[in-house]
Amino acid sequence: MRASPHASLLIAAFLLLCAATAHASRIGDLADSPIWAQALRFFTFQDPSVRYALIGSMLLGVSCGLLGGFIVVRKMALMGDALSHAVLPGVALGFLWNMSKDPVAIFVGATLAGLLGTVLVGVIQQTTRLKEDTALGMVLASFFAVGICAVTMIQRLPTGNKSGIDKFLFGQAAAIGANDVTLMAVVTALAIGTVWVLYKEFLVTSFDPAFARVCGFPVKWLHHALMLLLAFAVVIALQAVGVVLVSAMLITPAAAAYLLTDRLHRMLLLAAAFGLGAGATGCFFSFLGNNLPTGPCMVLGATAVFALAFLFGPRHGVFAKWWRRRSQSGRVGRENTLKALYHVLESRDFKGEGVSLRELAERRHMTAEASSREVQALRRNQLATLTEDGNMVHLTPEGWTRACVIVRNHRLWELYLTNEAHIASDHVHEDAEKIEHVLGEETVLQLERRLESPTKDPHGRPIPSLADLRRGAAVDRRDELVGYGRRI
Amino acid sequence: MTQLIPSFGAHRVFVEPWTEQFASTGWIVLMGFLVAAACGLVGNYLILRRMALVGDAISHSVLPGMAIAFLLTGSRGSVAMFLGALAAGVVTTVIIETIHKRTRVKQDSAIGIAFTSLFALGVVLINIFAAKVDLDQECVLYGEIAFIPLEPIVSVAGFPLGPPTVLRMAVVAAVTVSLVLVFYKELLVSSFDSGLAVSLGINATLVHYALMSWLSVVVVSAFESVGAILVIAMLILPGATASLLACRLPLVHGLAVIHAALSSVLGMHLATWLNCSVAGAMVVAATGLFTLAWVFGPERGLSRRWLRTTANEPESGAPPAAASR
Repeated sequence: MRASPHASLLIAAFLLLCAATAHASRIGDLADSPIWAQALRFFTFQDPSVRYALIGSMLLGVSCGLLGGFIVVRKMALMGDALSHAVLPGVALGFLWNMSKDPVAIFVGATLAGLLGTVLVGVIQQTTRLKEDTALGMVLASFFAVGICAVTMIQRLPTGNKSGIDKFLFGQAAAIGANDVTLMAVVTALAIGTVWVLYKEFLVTSFDPAFARVCGFPVKWLHHALMLLLAFAVVIALQAVGVVLVSAMLITPAAAAYLLTDRLHRMLLLAAAFGLGAGATGCFFSFLGNNLPTGPCMVLGATAVFALAFLFGPRHGVFAKWWRRRSQSGRVGRENTLKALYHVLESRDFKGEGVSLRELAERRHMTAEASSREVQALRRNQLATLTEDGNMVHLTPEGWTRACVIVRNHRLWELYLTNEAHIASDHVHEDAEKIEHVLGEETVLQLERRLESPTKDPHGRPIPSLADLRRGAAVDRRDELVGYGRRI
Repeated sequence: MTQLIPSFGAHRVFVEPWTEQFASTGWIVLMGFLVAAACGLVGNYLILRRMALVGDAISHSVLPGMAIAFLLTGSRGSVAMFLGALAAGVVTTVIIETIHKRTRVKQDSAIGIAFTSLFALGVVLINIFAAKVDLDQECVLYGEIAFIPLEPIVSVAGFPLGPPTVLRMAVVAAVTVSLVLVFYKELLVSSFDSGLAVSLGINATLVHYALMSWLSVVVVSAFESVGAILVIAMLILPGATASLLACRLPLVHGLAVIHAALSSVLGMHLATWLNCSVAGAMVVAATGLFTLAWVFGPERGLSRRWLRTTANEPESGAPPAAASR
C-alpha cells in the first residue's frame, strides 16, 4: 500500500489541474466565451479546426499506442524517448527546405534524423564500452542541441519568427490542417496494416529473438521496420504533442495496457484505445484552456489512464493485490483456528462434542476475546457453529474437512522433510507451518504417493487420511460427532 | 543559406569575445564551465551506475517542483527553488521505484512514464499561471546562458566577486568537488559493487538517494542556464568522453572537467559565429569533442580499431596464436 499515495497524488494533481484549467480560462475571457460555451463549441464540431485537431489527435494516439506496445514489451521504451528528441534537427532541416511548414518535407527530414539517431545508438554501443543508457542519453541530448541551435537560427531569420517552428517543442493541435490529417491517416493506416500482416513475426521477435532467428525470421529487418514505423508515428505526432513529450504517448498508454492483460493482441488494442482516449482528452482540455499546449494535456490524460490501471487493474492493480493479500491473510488465520480446534479434539482422542472457547484460547495462547473473534470469523464462513450461550464451538462438515486438510498438509510435509530431505524432525515444524496453507491438492496426493501412504508423522501423531476428510460430509448427527476420527 | 549561416570572420569569432565583449563572454564561459564541470562530476557516477536516463528523468521532473515552489512562495528565491527541485527529484525517484517494483512494468518504461508526466504537469502549471510564473517554457527546455543576469555584482568585504547566478553555480560546483573528494570511497565502491559496499558497512540505499538528491540540486542550479534537456548532455557527455579515454576513476574525473572547460569555450565561439543559442552550441561542441574521442581515441578509438583490423588482415589465415589474441 506504500505505492498508492504517490499515484493517487498524481490523479489528484490531474483533477486539480482540470479544475484549474477551467478557472484560468474563465479569468481570461469571462465575457465572450464561458467554459461551457467553449465545451459546446468543441462537442458540436462546428469549427473545421476543431475537427482536424480532434481527428489528428485521435489518429496519432492510435498509431503511437499501437507501436508503443512493442517498445514496452521489448524493454526499449527509452529508445522511443531518444528517437523523439532526435527528430528535432530533421524538423529544422525540413523547414529550411523551402522555408515553410511543408508537412512532407518536415516528415522526410524528421524521419531521417530519427532513424540516424537510432542507428547511432546501436553503433555507439557496438564500438565503445558505453552502455545503452549512456548511448541513448547522448544521442538524445546531442541531436536535440543541434536542433535547438538550428531552431534559434531559424527564429532569428526575418521570416522565421512567424514560422511557428517553436510550436514543435510542445505541440499545438490547433495548428493541424487538412494536409496534416491526410498524412496522419496514411501513416496510421500503414502502421495498422503492417502490424496486422506481420503480427506473428513481431510477436515472436519481441518475446524471443533467439527463437525467431531459429524460425528463420529476418530479426534485424523486423527491428528496422519497427524503428521506421516508430519514427513515422513520432513524426506525425510532433505537430500536436511536441518533440519533448512524444515518448509519453508511446510509453504510457502501452504500459497501462500492459498492466491489464497478458495477451499481446489485446494489449495492442487496449493501448491503441488508450492512446485515442488520451489524444481526444488532451485536445479537449487544450481547447478549453485557450493557450494551453496540447502535448502536456494529452500526456496528463495518458498518465491518468495509467494511474487508474495501476490502482484498480483487476489482476496487477495495487488494490487487487492488496485485497488478495488481505483475503489470503484472513484465510490463513481461519485455517490456523481450524487446526487448533482439530488439535484440541485430537488431544482428547476425539471424544466429547464441541470445543469450548476456553480450550481453544489455551491452545492458541490467546485471550478469550481474541479466540472468540476467530470463531466468529469461522462462523461467517460456515466453518463452525456456536451454541446459544456462545461457549461451545462445533465444526461444520465443511470445517472438519478443512481442518483435516490443513493438519494433513502439515504432517505430510513434516514427514517429507524428515524422510526425503533428511532434516532433523525437530526442525521441520516452522517450515510446515508456512507451507500448509499453500499446498495444492495435487501436490499433497503426490507427496502421499511418494511417502507410500504413511499414517504417522515424524512426531508419531496420526496423519488424517482421505477417508477422514470425507467423513465430514456424511456426519451431521450428533452421536456420530463423538466418534470423529475413532479409526485413525 | 547566407542569411542562415553568417559569414565566418576570424576577428569577430575569436578575438572580439576576449577583448571588447569580455565583460559578458567571460562570465558566460565561466558559467558554462561551472555547469558542465559540476554536472560532469555527478554524471560520471550516473554512467557507472547505468542510470544515465534517471538523470534525464530528474532533469525533466524538477520543473513542476520549481513551479510549485514558486507558486507557494511567490518568489524566485534560491532556497525555495532548491527545496522544490529537491522534493521533485526525490518524488521522481520514488515514483520510478514504485512503478518498477509494484508492477511488472520494466524500469525503462517506469522512467519514461514518471518524467514525462511530471514534466507535462510542470508545463501545464507554468502555462496556467503564466502571468505569475517568471518561467518561460522555451527557456525551460534549452535555457539561455547568454541572458543570465550579470547585475548586481555581489561583493564580499568590498571585493567584487561576480554575479549572483555565477556565484551560486560556483558554490554548487565547489560543494560537488568536495563531496566527491570526501565520499570518494563510498561512491566508488557502491557504484561498482553494491554487494561489497554493503559488506563494508556502506549504506548503498542512502548513497543512492543522496546521489539523487545532489543530482537534483545540480540540475536545478544548471536549469536556468542550460534548460531541462541540455542538462542531460552536460551530465552524460563529459563522463562518456572521458571514459573512452581513461579507465581509472580519478583520471576520468579530471578529463571530464577538461572536457567541460573545452566545450564551454568552443561552444561560446560557435555561438558567436552562428549567432544561435549558446547553451545549444556548447552541447554541440561537447558532442564534437566526444566524436573526436570516439574516432581518434587511443586503444579503443574507431581509427585504431580500423588500423588494427587492416593490419591484421594479411595474417587472418595465419597461426591460431595470432587469431586468439
